[in-house]
Amino acid sequence: MQPLLKVEGLKKSFGGVAALRDGRFELEAGSVHALCGGNGAGKSTFLSILMGIHKRDGGTILHRGNPVEFGSPAEALRSGIAIIEQELSPVPHMTVAENIYLGREPSARFGGIDFKTMNRDAQALLDRLEFRISATQYMMNLSVAQMQLVEIAKALSHEADVIFMDEPTSAIGEKEAQHLFSAIERLKAEGKGIVYVSHRLSEIFQIADSYTVFRDGGFVGAGKLADIDRPGLIRMIVGRELGEEYIKTNTPTEIAGLEVAGLSAPGKVEDISFTARKGEIFGIYGLMGSGRTEIFNCLFGMDRPSTGEIRLDGQTVTIRQPSDAMAEGIAFVTEDRKVTGLNLADSVRNNICLASLPEMSPAFVMRKRDEQAASADMIARFSIKAARDTMPVSGLSGGNQQKVVLGKWFLRQPRVLLLDEPTRGVDVGAKREIYRIICDFAAAGGTVVMISSEIDEILGMSDRILVMRQGRSAGIHDRRETDAQSLVHLST
Amino acid sequence: MSSAENNTASSWLNSDRRKLILQEYGIFLAFLLLVGILALSNEFFLTPGNISNVLLQTSINGILAIGMTFVILTRGIDLSVGSVVALAGMVSASFVTSSATAGIAGAPYPMVVALAVGILVGVACGGLVGFIVSRFSVPAFVATLGMLSAARGATLIYGGGKPVPGLSPEFRWIGTGNILGIPMPVILLALVFGISWWVLTRTRFGRYIYAVGGNPHAAKTSGLNVTRIRFMVYVISGALSGLAGMILSARTGSALPQAGIAYELDAIAAVVIGGTSLSGGVGRVTGTLIGALIIGVMNNGLDLMGIQSYYQQVLKGALIVGAVMLDQKRNQGL
Repeated sequence: MQPLLKVEGLKKSFGGVAALRDGRFELEAGSVHALCGGNGAGKSTFLSILMGIHKRDGGTILHRGNPVEFGSPAEALRSGIAIIEQELSPVPHMTVAENIYLGREPSARFGGIDFKTMNRDAQALLDRLEFRISATQYMMNLSVAQMQLVEIAKALSHEADVIFMDEPTSAIGEKEAQHLFSAIERLKAEGKGIVYVSHRLSEIFQIADSYTVFRDGGFVGAGKLADIDRPGLIRMIVGRELGEEYIKTNTPTEIAGLEVAGLSAPGKVEDISFTARKGEIFGIYGLMGSGRTEIFNCLFGMDRPSTGEIRLDGQTVTIRQPSDAMAEGIAFVTEDRKVTGLNLADSVRNNICLASLPEMSPAFVMRKRDEQAASADMIARFSIKAARDTMPVSGLSGGNQQKVVLGKWFLRQPRVLLLDEPTRGVDVGAKREIYRIICDFAAAGGTVVMISSEIDEILGMSDRILVMRQGRSAGIHDRRETDAQSLVHLST
Repeated sequence: MSSAENNTASSWLNSDRRKLILQEYGIFLAFLLLVGILALSNEFFLTPGNISNVLLQTSINGILAIGMTFVILTRGIDLSVGSVVALAGMVSASFVTSSATAGIAGAPYPMVVALAVGILVGVACGGLVGFIVSRFSVPAFVATLGMLSAARGATLIYGGGKPVPGLSPEFRWIGTGNILGIPMPVILLALVFGISWWVLTRTRFGRYIYAVGGNPHAAKTSGLNVTRIRFMVYVISGALSGLAGMILSARTGSALPQAGIAYELDAIAAVVIGGTSLSGGVGRVTGTLIGALIIGVMNNGLDLMGIQSYYQQVLKGALIVGAVMLDQKRNQGL
């Protein structure tokens, strides 16, 4: 049978540097194909060439056996290749139907828009896909997961038969992800080809049929997922043996580091109590919107809890604003480094020093030498890969950016580390380094509280796990006495 | 993310350095080019008298533009500077006038009193705007648009719609005097520039401003008092508007109610030509100074060539848009 999409020898360089040397790919109709690789492997370049955002330097792309070349995403879409991007960009103040038919609205008399037909068609499409979404709703009232489904519907309304999904689960919860997967199954049954890009290996093993691995801009291998196991796939992605995925080196002590008692913030969290001990990695698991991040916001002074007590090393503390929390030795690595963690336009050095400015300039004037030393220290300690520390942090890979955020907080020598999704959008190799940093911190007697929606990560790293459900605690469990199924069950 | 993350370290160095050179010196090269062309086409242009004249013409806009840079660096805008110029100029003038009707009781007071009053008026206007912007999250465009109208109205009320004439020679010195042949306004501009440059590049407060403009969320999570920093930049812009207002009335010899109309536009233009991004976090006060000089030199050069001021406005418009187009190109192309 002829493959739906066949790519051979795809090449692309940026400013003399090869981003993609040999992109090869083969997609069968009615299958889900995982495209794997670390950051910088060439996946993004590959996608952007297929979508017509970048022009290729060489190679062939065959769609249903015909050579194609796209000048823009619109051209790619017209020929039946669609992409669901990692960061969706809907028009929030328009309805679902208007978003789906944007630019091709059915016309009525006198050049108006035939809203009736448009809404009916959109609803029919959504219903056929079994997405429970009303076509006349405003886009802004939808959750991220629902917006993704609308994007899928939009792709199908263009008669797309090849659909790329770039990290579709990075911003949605476990339950919504399962929803998405069943949608993918239906697309597969309709004979579409789905290219699934994700760092999350468990998802790949759950829904994909075959895989292709890129590394350093080149094709490494491809095959059926049935014929490979998880360590084998990791080995291909990383290019070397990594050993255990999660290595725990910390042992919790009996001394309480951070105690939270009866923490409530109306409409966000209710009656949260837990004690994270020194040397412990305390995990918090829950769906998006279950109140996970809200706990951290209260602890760090971003939000005001209505009741509750916070104790550090046995002493009650009052936290009204982030600087109070920082003075108590709390550090907060936020969920989205691009939105709340980094000043992307600024240099690596300035970002590392951002949370320590008063300490670095006791007399108002910045001490350049101290800043230089601090940033050099953090770069060495976390092996941050940057040409110079004066280069903008936006030029770093996701993993290195995340290490800059960690460096920013470790510079303050915190007692308590709050981590919100510390490895989101980070490749397998960098993930492991971040795990090592977290473990080292706990092993040295620090207290770690970590939120993650990756169930493997939370089970692999935490000593105990607090499960959140609808703003309330659904119990605290020891890692040895629980498993993925019961965590998911408790959280929904 | 595709190209950046796939680039190797060595290429980063190259493109990074190229970008840096362009950003650092691009505007300066453009300025030199302009000066060169004008010097070649008009022999009078580079005479000491004319250079001093250009600097004098630039000083008020330069001071306003520097204040504007602080605001724009935090993603804000200050449309009220022109009206604050008029109000501060008028109120301070009423303290040093010899006119019996226009002055306040006991006038003329010593110059220092008037200076303090003028700066205070600016600080009060800026403080009010800053309070509204930072506490109530009113868009800066709206809050300062309100102040643009209110301060102009206050100027008319205060002076009864009439100018304040007969300012004391002592006060007029800050607009017309000189030290070692350098006009006072130019000296004040140099002082304001020097201090601002130092604050923005060397101090903690300067770092805060860039952080708030670059990413307010990240600044907040890093423990910065974003509200106070936002407030402060409007106070700075207000204070500098007050200073500029006094220089203006000192130069003219009387405070006019219609002084400073549309000054905010030239100030914003200088900031933008100087390469400061309206989306915040990126820019430098050196660029702003050169931006103000480019506007001043261009106006002066076109005057010398005998080109009507109507055409000058069209050219200035083209220059502003052209500068930002180049800026965009520069940021995308690398």
